Amino acid sequence: MNYLNAGYGLKSWLLTLDHKRVAWLYFISITGFFFLGGAAATLVRLELITPAGDLLSSDAYNQMFSLHGIVMVWFFLIPSIPATMGNFLLPLMLGARDMAFPRLNLMSWYVFILGGAFTLTAVIAGGIDTGWTFYTPYSTMFSNGAVLAAATGVFIVGFSSILTGINFIVTTHKMRAPGLTWFRLPLFVWAQYATSLIMVLATPVLSITLVLLGVERAFGIGIFDPALGGDPILFEHLFWFYSHPAVYIMLLPAMGVVSEVIACFAHKRIFGYKVMAFSILAIALFGFLVWGHHMFVSGQSIYAGVAFSLLSFLVSVPSALKIFNWLATLYKGHIRFDAPMLFALSFIGLFLIGGLTGVFVATLALDIQMHDTYFVVAHFHYIMVGGMVSAYMAGLHFWWPKITGRLYPEMWARVSAIIVFAGFNLTFFPQFILGWAGMPRRYHAYAEEFQLLNVFSSAGAGMLAVGYLLPLLYLLWSLRYGARAGGNPWDARGLEWTVASPPPKETFATVPRVDSEAYAYDTPQ
Amino acid sequence: MTRPNNQTTVIVAHQFETLEQQFDADLLGMWLFLVTEALLFSGAFLALAVYYHQYYDTFSAAARELHWLLAGFNSVILLTSGLAVALAEQAADQHRRRLTLWWLSATIALGVAFLGLKGYEYYMEYRAGLVPFLDQPFAFSGPDPHNAMLFYNFYFAITGLHALHMIIGLMVLLVMLVLTYRWREGARVARQVRIAGLYWAFVDIVWVLVYCSLYLLGR
Repeated sequence: MNYLNAGYGLKSWLLTLDHKRVAWLYFISITGFFFLGGAAATLVRLELITPAGDLLSSDAYNQMFSLHGIVMVWFFLIPSIPATMGNFLLPLMLGARDMAFPRLNLMSWYVFILGGAFTLTAVIAGGIDTGWTFYTPYSTMFSNGAVLAAATGVFIVGFSSILTGINFIVTTHKMRAPGLTWFRLPLFVWAQYATSLIMVLATPVLSITLVLLGVERAFGIGIFDPALGGDPILFEHLFWFYSHPAVYIMLLPAMGVVSEVIACFAHKRIFGYKVMAFSILAIALFGFLVWGHHMFVSGQSIYAGVAFSLLSFLVSVPSALKIFNWLATLYKGHIRFDAPMLFALSFIGLFLIGGLTGVFVATLALDIQMHDTYFVVAHFHYIMVGGMVSAYMAGLHFWWPKITGRLYPEMWARVSAIIVFAGFNLTFFPQFILGWAGMPRRYHAYAEEFQLLNVFSSAGAGMLAVGYLLPLLYLLWSLRYGARAGGNPWDARGLEWTVASPPPKETFATVPRVDSEAYAYDTPQ
Repeated sequence: MTRPNNQTTVIVAHQFETLEQQFDADLLGMWLFLVTEALLFSGAFLALAVYYHQYYDTFSAAARELHWLLAGFNSVILLTSGLAVALAEQAADQHRRRLTLWWLSATIALGVAFLGLKGYEYYMEYRAGLVPFLDQPFAFSGPDPHNAMLFYNFYFAITGLHALHMIIGLMVLLVMLVLTYRWREGARVARQVRIAGLYWAFVDIVWVLVYCSLYLLGR
């Protein structure tokens, strides 16, 4: 009797209070959103094969990249690791029976779906063409799209992350098993904790910003309206006060996953555990102080620009510490190149490139040249797709045997990891060169001389599509035909590997006692 | 068929070990939620502060049109409701059902009175032509009516948001009233009233900020 066969009816899933089943609800819904956002990206890349704007009208193109951004950011990247693996694993890693608030947990999924419904309505009812940033005054006064429905959807989905964040923080504080001190927690838990802090502290600011935007658009209660003396730049400040930390909502959980995977497949204690834990918190903290680097060319004061530039450099310090520590963990490890490890290693390489180019665009003077070019597009895709999605895939493969009780086909998974890595670089590396050469983003037609690199980029996108569709197929296949996984197929350490796969409905019959650190790979389990 | 009549029997939710753990977790959850609420209001207050700095004279003149005395009296009503809910928490803690019911009802009555007076204030502003949206004629007589519109936009947005929180709070208190009336389990009711009271106290405190930063500008 495990949590999967404890009940089969639709009701047993839709009204479940079991965190493991809520994780599944999220898995299914965000996978849907991922492929919806991916379809929009496919249309964008198809359009960009030729310099002329021939496949899509310029309006349709604007709607496609807006849809891609909104869906990928709010309906895939933000919930991705916390809502799925976080939900599934946090109580397991803490030795708790469930989240502190199981009902709230289920509710956060319904709120998520409600927000998704609003956003999908926006797509059907005329689309939205503001980009994912909803900049005023375009969004409030000029856009003909369904801005209100989309903004409402994003507003609602914000509450889903707030509820998840509150639940994670309280669970981590109050539900740890006896003996599980803060510095015995796996880094995955630290990462979820820091992410939740950002969710709780940043998301409400986005909510109020969208409320102000919404009342301005719906009732003409102008707050950002220049005709009344309102300041559209204020909207940008408020928006990025959330949306820059949101980058770390996406990234920190990925770092947590990679730490678990690297330690397991190097079969070594993670190097510099405390530095890793504190650098997670440092990134979360610094993330709140750098929003102005999105606005270097908006007309904010030059002194603000200088300060934001310097503070942005600061983020690279804890990030680099993490990279060095992962490399040091690999040093003299017994490395196995299973699929999760391949994805985790791609994360390190791609995140490194994304991070270093981040230093370029954080440089005040250089950003004047780079701003709104494909260089920026390439930079943040290296972080979000190369970094975050690779880590998501790493975690998905790593914990798949735990979640489902089945092994995925290893060979196919390795093939997929390699295709994703190659396809990703083929898609986005040319965009660095394009941006450097001056190709602006968000245009659906471009100058002839940019065509070759754009063709490379679109070809790479095709490879990426294959790389992401493959896991969908073989993971579904493995649900039925995969070999049965034992409790601990990777010889990994951690409380989640001490229970059966899939875990029983009541994960821990008796609450475990913890008397050792995380990553005790030097002692036999 | 015997009903458990032992009042000390307490049921701990399945994910918790002890009642203390559950109480601590619930309380921490509410505090965190209040942090998010504070940040929600902070965005609006920040924007108001920026514009107040920019249009000091206009905003001060516009603020003087508000009914600060009436709103001040209203503040007293709301703060008194805060006292009532604190007393309800205490009564629930001592497992005194009747007294808890009485103080909860008092809280709700005072909250409704506050909303009623607030509505009357809105009505007076509507009559005075100070509603700058929904195609209403805007009859502000002071200098720079355009930027004054911005002030009234803030006034209605922030007090409206606060009123929305009041309505949610009142609904929560009504649920508490029902739960207290049923009185299934003393410790549980005390915990729930305590947490609902925390929310109500927050709504009170936000009002103090709203009052100071809108009504008292330029006075």
